[in-house]
Amino acid sequence: MSQTESIQPITKQWTTICPLDRILPNTGVCALVNDRQIAVFRVGEEEDVYAIENLDPFSKAYVLSRGIVGDHNGIPKVASPIYKQNFSLLTGECLDDLTIKLQTFAAQVVDGQVQVHG
Amino acid sequence: MTKRLVTIGNGMVGHRFLEQMAAKGADWELICFCEEPRVAYDRVNLSGYFAGKTAADLSLVAPDFYKDNNIQVHVGDKAVRIDRANKTVTSAKGVTISYDKLVLATGSYPFVPPIKGNDLPGTFVYRTICDLEATEAYAKDCKVGVVVGGGLLGLECANALQNLGLKTHVVEFMPRLMPVQVDDAGGATLRQKIEDLGIGIHTGKSTTEIVADEHGRVHKMQFADGTELLTDTIVFSAGIRPQDELARQCGLKIGDRGGIAIDDNCQTSDPDVYAIGECALYNNQIFGLVAPGYRMAEVAADRLCGNETNNFTGADMSTKLKLLGIDVASFGDAFGKTAGSKVIAIDDAIAGTYKKLVVNEDGTRLLGGILVGDATVYGTLLQLMQNQMALPPHPEDLILPHRSGVSMAMGVEQLPDTAQICSCNNVTKGQICTAIQEQELRDIGSVKSCTNAGMGCGGCVPLVTDLLKAELKKAGIAVNNNICEHFAFSRQELYSLVRSQDIHSFQQLLDRHGTGRGCEICKPLVGSILASAWNDQILDAPHVSLQDTNDAFLANIQRDGTYSVIPRIPGGEITPDKLIVLGQVAKDFGLYTKITGAQRIDLLGARVDQLPLIWQQLVAAGFESGHAYGKALRTVKSCVGSTWCRFGVQDSVSLAIEVELRYRGLRAPHKFKSAVSGCTRECAEAQSKDFGIIATEKGWNLYVCGNGGMKPQHAQLLAADLDKETLIRYVDRFLMFYIRTANRLERTATWFNKLEGGIEYLQAVIINDSLGIAEELEAEMAHQVATYACEWNATLQDPAKLQRFQHFVNTDAPDPNIVVIEERGQNRPVFEHERQLSELQLK
Ligand SMILES: Cc1cc2nc3c(=O)[nH]c(=O)nc-3n(C[C@H](O)[C@H](O)[C@H](O)COP(=O)(O)OP(=O)(O)OC[C@H]3O[C@@H](n4cnc5c(N)ncnc54)[C@H](O)[C@@H]3O)c2cc1C
Ligand code: HEM
Ligand code: SF4
Ligand code: SF4
Repeated sequence: MSQTESIQPITKQWTTICPLDRILPNTGVCALVNDRQIAVFRVGEEEDVYAIENLDPFSKAYVLSRGIVGDHNGIPKVASPIYKQNFSLLTGECLDDLTIKLQTFAAQVVDGQVQVHG
Repeated sequence: MTKRLVTIGNGMVGHRFLEQMAAKGADWELICFCEEPRVAYDRVNLSGYFAGKTAADLSLVAPDFYKDNNIQVHVGDKAVRIDRANKTVTSAKGVTISYDKLVLATGSYPFVPPIKGNDLPGTFVYRTICDLEATEAYAKDCKVGVVVGGGLLGLECANALQNLGLKTHVVEFMPRLMPVQVDDAGGATLRQKIEDLGIGIHTGKSTTEIVADEHGRVHKMQFADGTELLTDTIVFSAGIRPQDELARQCGLKIGDRGGIAIDDNCQTSDPDVYAIGECALYNNQIFGLVAPGYRMAEVAADRLCGNETNNFTGADMSTKLKLLGIDVASFGDAFGKTAGSKVIAIDDAIAGTYKKLVVNEDGTRLLGGILVGDATVYGTLLQLMQNQMALPPHPEDLILPHRSGVSMAMGVEQLPDTAQICSCNNVTKGQICTAIQEQELRDIGSVKSCTNAGMGCGGCVPLVTDLLKAELKKAGIAVNNNICEHFAFSRQELYSLVRSQDIHSFQQLLDRHGTGRGCEICKPLVGSILASAWNDQILDAPHVSLQDTNDAFLANIQRDGTYSVIPRIPGGEITPDKLIVLGQVAKDFGLYTKITGAQRIDLLGARVDQLPLIWQQLVAAGFESGHAYGKALRTVKSCVGSTWCRFGVQDSVSLAIEVELRYRGLRAPHKFKSAVSGCTRECAEAQSKDFGIIATEKGWNLYVCGNGGMKPQHAQLLAADLDKETLIRYVDRFLMFYIRTANRLERTATWFNKLEGGIEYLQAVIINDSLGIAEELEAEMAHQVATYACEWNATLQDPAKLQRFQHFVNTDAPDPNIVVIEERGQNRPVFEHERQLSELQLK
């Protein structure tokens, strides 16, 4: 795990994508970061934000940011708007197909601005 | 003297026959002619040859088997003549042998359609190892390959070509794939799945000519509809024909469409000649599978060894296979040929599955069926059919995807304990029930982890859930109808909580009555209830996060993430000017246009950032949202009625428009549709709608709870000869009563089928107000009608709402992943394989 990461010559950095209030509570937006589509979700009313790939692996459409945000046994998740598979926002794992795991990215709110590490 | 038995053909069945004869130690001299250059091999797994298996791996004959058993096999020598009068067989190499008894096991040969160019270099068939060797050698210099024939073998062959690295297409003459095993709808589902694998599918194509290049080799195919397909090689897999040539020459009885006729003893019209395997015709049927052939081999061997009791009585053609990784199963009377049989089919375009049951006239026994995309219930269904077990009262539950509130407990209770529930991990009903009882399991998660059931593909989880419910019920433990883990309530309970406690947001409801954060089940459900109860705008801040993406963007999402736009066209009536606007908008934004089934116009392919721009133009021209995206009223279809039609007795168009405008935007547990016909000829098909209205000489007849779609059901007459005011009042009550009492995602027809007391009960509630709620229902509807506002208009007025209509939050760029291609003069989204192709070309 750590091995693969050290091999990849990716220079990740924090990118500011939008003010927090652009993301309505319990919804998502999509950001373009280094030519990648990243879905960023705001869970609850506060500053809880998560980032995963925007590509829905089942439909091959870039739409996860438009899914419904919720939880399963307390794990925050998003349901694909196309075929409704659920993905954990913590790990990127597909909760309905354990063979599938999306990439996740660190996300934070600094001075009211949402930032993604990708 | 030992009698001599000659067998012609050393294929799968011929060999099995010789094995049987050897095993029975019969006193026969055995001689066999084998046309192919090698003795019998596993034709069923022929495709394994391309996956790395050698001819030796595929061989069915144990080394020295023939020698040890004194069987003389003439390998590579074809029998060319039978002389029945003198009882001799002559071979291509000139051997003539006399026989006492003769067994024909000549199998079948691939049918090559009579198309000009079908014999050009580069054309092949798919039957023998020799065929495969030739195809493989030729394919080395090819890029594109076409399989003619979309049946079982054709698809397997397509897989093989793809494995050889060719861009593969399948051309099928019939309008669907696997025409023998599956019906139209199943073929469509299969097609989608296979296209997703990057294989091109061309159905309904009649090839007129195969055209050669300058070297005389296959170059392209031309079809009757004028289209063409470029290809380097073609493999025909257009069906098989029984190899009955020898039998014809010597005058044995042959079926009208070929095949050597046999009786229960596998004897032909000449008692000294037997026929077995694919060349044999029993009861006018050819058996294109190996298992029935093996049965025949057994019967013939028994006969020749003096055992008269074993008869061939036909065979079950049930099959379950994985074609290109896709489950396909067909069993019993898959096409409903039994007199009086009825069909239940579920075509789930979302899950990509198609499931069909054929049941007997009174719906109590399973006769057959088809499963595509998901065949997990195959085992159970086969058991139901083979054991002639009584079906549950709603047999459709057997193939329904699981939904909360819908229980098939009746079905699972009747399964035998031996029934295999989880086919991935082979767990039976008995094992699951024992585990539930002994380990006191109470939730589906622990049942899964303790029994392993449902841990494979997961297809059986609904069945396991129903077993759990049934067991808990037996043990006297309350079964819940909870909609999901966040609310311990049914939809009806939540609806009455929202109304009685005056709850106006999801958060309020969750705080008071739920746990956690909610999910994709409870959020849209509560969103819909709030809309049905209070009619607040669904995109208002507290509600927007509840909506499914269709509602959230006021448009229907398509497979590539673009949306379709359907403006309301009340009653299907539209002015030329408005038609022009729709055309102009479509042109401006490059949208694909199509007339929907509901008398409206669908504009497809709008990117999320284009939706507001499109609607600005539409709203300016006087259009409003059509709510095609919502669980809401769709349309009220109409015929032209008395305004034009010479039969019309009332003005159906005016009424349709009035009704559509009254109920537009009304949210319900599911979408609902309506129609108005101007006379009893019923051109608007009102009896297939959730509520339908048909003009009479005296007024209007009101029909309710009809359904088109997956499971059509005729609407029932609720009241006759109504004046317009009464009609509207009844519809108000009917709709609000449905909204109050239906389950999540339950159409009116399903809801109706569960109402105890049926139409008489509904008449009592709606007409005679037996529950004393009519006034309430009418008031609730009056509120809805009074507070209607077009959702698109409201959204366009609100910059905060419009912000969400952007693909990226941090740039105005559109989604670069959306790529279109032209087809019949319009844009459509590319399929994955086309995208890969175009990316390759770009490189
Ligand atoms: C690619 C492929 C996949 C298949 N998959 C399945 C499957 O999944 N399940 C299933 O149940 N079935 C499947 N089948 C069908 C199955 O292979 C046949 O049902 C089975 O082989 C029939 O056996 P048979 O002996 O009647 O005919 P064959 O196996 O065709 O044998 C007949 C033999 O007789 C020879 N012969 C013909 N005429 C003469 C003559 N005059 N003199 C000497 N020899 C002669 C032929 O050359 C041939 O070798 C598949 C078939 C193919 C081609
Ligand atoms: C997500 C899945 C579905 C989508 C996106 C969809 C979309 C549509 C659309 C856009 C229309 C045109 C309707 C209009 O003009 O408002 C339509 C019509 C229709 N749909 Fe669906 N639909 C879906 C599922 C279903 C299902 C499951 C059924 C069957 C139960 C069904 C049955 C019909 C019928 C019968 C019509 C024609 C209606 C008429 O002629 O009045 N649809 N559908
Ligand atoms: S429009 Fe309806 S019938 Fe056609 S593919 Fe989609 S869901 Fe199926
Ligand atoms: S239903 Fe009657 S009025 Fe309407 S078009 Fe048909 S025949 Fe004419």
